[in-house]
Amino acid sequence: MRREIPLLITGIVGVVFVIQYFIPHWPFNRMNAWFSDWFSIVQACAIWLGALNLIKISIQKIAKKKKDWIYSVVILVFFLLITILGFAEGEEFREPGTGFTWLYEFVYTPLSSTMFAILAFFVASASYRAFRARNLEATLLLAAAFFVMLGRVPIGDVISGFMPQGAQLSNLATWIMTFPQTAGQRAIMIGIALGIVSTSLRIILGIERSHLGGGD
Amino acid sequence: MNARMKEILVVAVLTVFCAIMYWGKVDGWMTGFQFSFGLSMTVVILIAVSLLVILYLTLRGKLIGRRVVFLYVGISVTLPFFMSLSQEIKISPEVQTLYEGIAELPPGSVVLTAFDYDPPSAPELQPMAESFFRYCFNNDLKVVVIGLWPQGPQQANIAIEKILLDEAIAAKNLQYGIDYVNLGFQTGNEFVIQRMGSDFKSMFPTDYTGTPYNDLPLVRNIKNFSNIDYGFNLSAGYPGTVEWVQVAVDRYGLKMGAGNTAVQAPQCYPYIRSGQLVGILGGMNGAAEFELMTGTVGKGTKFMLSQSFAHMIVIAFIIIGNVAYFRGGRKQKL
Amino acid sequence: MEHFAIWVAAFLTMGIISFLYKDNAWYKLSEAIFVGISAGYWFVTLFWDNIYGKFWVGRGDDAMLYIGAFLGLLMLMRLVPKVGWISRWPLAFIVGATAGFYLINYFSSNVMRQVEDTIMPLLGTDYSATTYDMIGNIVIAVGTFSGLVYFFFSKEHKGVFGGTAKVGIFFLMITFGASFGYTVMSRMSLLIGRLDFLFGDWLGMIK
Repeated sequence: MRREIPLLITGIVGVVFVIQYFIPHWPFNRMNAWFSDWFSIVQACAIWLGALNLIKISIQKIAKKKKDWIYSVVILVFFLLITILGFAEGEEFREPGTGFTWLYEFVYTPLSSTMFAILAFFVASASYRAFRARNLEATLLLAAAFFVMLGRVPIGDVISGFMPQGAQLSNLATWIMTFPQTAGQRAIMIGIALGIVSTSLRIILGIERSHLGGGD
Repeated sequence: MNARMKEILVVAVLTVFCAIMYWGKVDGWMTGFQFSFGLSMTVVILIAVSLLVILYLTLRGKLIGRRVVFLYVGISVTLPFFMSLSQEIKISPEVQTLYEGIAELPPGSVVLTAFDYDPPSAPELQPMAESFFRYCFNNDLKVVVIGLWPQGPQQANIAIEKILLDEAIAAKNLQYGIDYVNLGFQTGNEFVIQRMGSDFKSMFPTDYTGTPYNDLPLVRNIKNFSNIDYGFNLSAGYPGTVEWVQVAVDRYGLKMGAGNTAVQAPQCYPYIRSGQLVGILGGMNGAAEFELMTGTVGKGTKFMLSQSFAHMIVIAFIIIGNVAYFRGGRKQKL
Repeated sequence: MEHFAIWVAAFLTMGIISFLYKDNAWYKLSEAIFVGISAGYWFVTLFWDNIYGKFWVGRGDDAMLYIGAFLGLLMLMRLVPKVGWISRWPLAFIVGATAGFYLINYFSSNVMRQVEDTIMPLLGTDYSATTYDMIGNIVIAVGTFSGLVYFFFSKEHKGVFGGTAKVGIFFLMITFGASFGYTVMSRMSLLIGRLDFLFGDWLGMIK
């Protein structure tokens, strides 16, 4: 039963979503609406589950005094701080001047932004250490990157300004993006989509069951 | 002096420097630096010469470490902030078509703007959001904001607050609920878009601050996408432009343009060609081009010099890395 | 408060940047704050925007919503090891819904529409294609077809098939190169944003 019911749920819900695309009328339009609402609620709970799990793991780490447990205390303190503020300030918790907004602007924003920003250094370093014209394919990759990097910023046309209009770097970059890049991207897109279609079919028909995990 | 002491000393010196600069800003005597054209060119030449020295050293077999690369990246992004050099920004076809799509909307048209990004992507997408809002408000377009990312509507509010300070826009005395509305965030990714196809209100029963949907005059009569004249999606990943195209455009026939982070932009090019998207703004360069089209100078335009320099530095290090590779008999590891 | 706020933001920004030197306590502290704040942010936002919006001010009288709430509760049961297996039900719902949804949407938007646009009349639908367009159409058709051939692994890449796959690799390499160029652009933009904060908003050094 632990596997049969989930398989049944997956199959029914999947089939309904397929049918409602072709028959957007009663009862499928209603089922589509209900299922979409439920999806939204379940997804919210899934994200809550993630947050609660983080708290659980942090508490376990503190209780067992594992390595760097002090940072788990920091995680807990800041989780509780923003959560308490967010609930205490009511439904207008994001209005300018609230504690929640203060934490968003001066703690969350700089931290999340900088976390991604430092990738710039690693991208540059990786390009220096690994981006090699080893063979024809790698050279093509390098050449495309070269033209796009230069052609997509104004300095490209400063460098190639003396050349005929069509050969200027910005136009070359536009051509690469519009034609060969789009062609390659489209091949990848179609390939992935066909993969998704076949996997979805396997899931709906109950052939693919890995999402249900092991056990009975 | 041991390593720990050196580290503490560096942090102390940096802190003192920052404190002095900050004090200067607060006190009013620090109004910012601006290099003259001559000094800017000198700095450019010095950087170029130092790169040539690194190239020469590489040819001699002396390789540089990754921290030198880090330093050059930092320099190449920072120094252009202070330089007095100008570059001409060219409009690419996908930005041109996006602009034309918006330009043909008559006053009073309802524009749905989906904010699907968070603060890390703000340097690329926030300038797009600001110039888009500025254009809409200047041309009397009605704006409805939603977000499939929780931070999105908050980013929209930051942009709106800034734009409303604009003199010309402030003079219009725009009213929340009548001229623009922020419906907030909703979980469910593409399912939210699908549900909006039949009923906006079911997914957004209240706006961002908890006001019931029916109490907002702008959206009261908006049932689904058929009441929307144009869609504009600012996207940094999933859920984002791909999902909007699949559901809102292909299923419900919404006319749509998008602003994407540069990472995501290449994936959206097939959609432009097939007409599923009117056009796209790709990364900070796209933002700068859109600013130029809409006649504003925002952060996109302002930072194009830094962007150009950063690209040049990356290219320079790719060349140096390849020189080391070929010089070392294709075995050189850095 | 304004001064304190901007110094806090700067302190945390520098904390993350300090990772470039090496992994250190300042970085770890900033990272831990980030994790805690992010989790709390999602927790609160999802409550107000989703649960509160739907059940208190929204359509709380819609009985069908409570089935969704029930499924959500089952999902949270994962935290209780003894009854954790019941979370497979909402998980099955999520997987089924996504599979059904993707099956149609991906096929329609990312296969049919793309194929339709790839096979274009050489001279254009209204015979107005320029040489530039014609070359472009050929490049798109050849690139997409050969790229797809490369992804077809059920047949050995030899002979004409192998040659076509090779052409496909060339197109894919150009695509990856262009994507790399755009990735560099993106990462640099994010760095520009942070350095603008440090040198401009914080220290006021930028005019």
